[in-house]
Amino acid sequence: MEAIEINQLQRIIDQHANKDVYVHLETTNGAYASHFNQDAYNVGAFIRNAKVNYQRGKIVGAGATYRVGLKLDIGWIYAEGVNQFEVDDKNRLLMAGHDREGRLMVALQISETPFNY
Amino acid sequence: MTEHVVVIYPHPDDEAFGAAGTISGFREKGIPVTYLCGTLGEMGRNMGNPTFANRETLPEIRKEELIKACHVMDIQLEMLGYRDKTLEFESTEEVADHLFTYLNRIQPSLVITHYPGHAVHPDHDAFGAAAIKAVEKFPAENRPTVWAQAISRTHTEELGEPDINNDVGAVFHKKFETIMAHKSQADGMLAKISQESVDVKEAAKQWLGMESFYTWKY
Repeated sequence: MEAIEINQLQRIIDQHANKDVYVHLETTNGAYASHFNQDAYNVGAFIRNAKVNYQRGKIVGAGATYRVGLKLDIGWIYAEGVNQFEVDDKNRLLMAGHDREGRLMVALQISETPFNY
Repeated sequence: MTEHVVVIYPHPDDEAFGAAGTISGFREKGIPVTYLCGTLGEMGRNMGNPTFANRETLPEIRKEELIKACHVMDIQLEMLGYRDKTLEFESTEEVADHLFTYLNRIQPSLVITHYPGHAVHPDHDAFGAAAIKAVEKFPAENRPTVWAQAISRTHTEELGEPDINNDVGAVFHKKFETIMAHKSQADGMLAKISQESVDVKEAAKQWLGMESFYTWKY
């Protein structure tokens, strides 16, 4: 994955707008957070292959990390902390935020075909 | 009963950190070992810095690492096709039935798995519970022994000392090689050690040189 270039990424987000797409959205601090640190909490959520159609998607910069919002007809998809992206060989847009050790903290992925499940 | 050991853990690398020394000890005695690995660790977090993986490529990378690790230990591998983080939401009965199809074919003398309720990761607890249920399907007279591994902070307090304590120092080179086969996982884990120690292998031996289990009582 590469560091986000906001104009390029905005164009890719636009290409997937107003189409049926599959979304993977995830945030996690790991299954061992409270095992390694008793003061920490295990929190995480993911949704895989949510089929949606967004009328507008937008990426907004905040220094080295970014927020992405997808406006749906009756709701929203939102991810904060995204800092890297790539378009893979299946033309899927993968966005993620990693900490300095390279651990994934948040992911938002958009594909016109379902993700493996 | 012919000796054959079956190891049942949910993630590629659980076998490396938890039991690779014990497994290597069995292999040195010529005892066959089969690993039933539940998932491909699809939801792992270590993507590297710079990133070597993403959420979609990670399963394939970890699958290759798992195959390599099993080659290092010289054991048979079966990949069961569940999805990381979801095992506790499957039907325990169905997972137990699925595991039993393998166990019934292999007729193991010993099964190694996680101790349900003391295995920290929900997948460990759920898969351990299903494994114990699967073994229970054998009639008592030819039921294999089960060694259950507890890793919770409170396990000795609540369960007492484990009765099986394998010092794997003599085969630690194999265990270390197995851990290193899971490169995507090992780097993060061993980085933690290497901050505090010059000799990573020696420090890992201190930390991972003993493998302990509780014999399950049915």
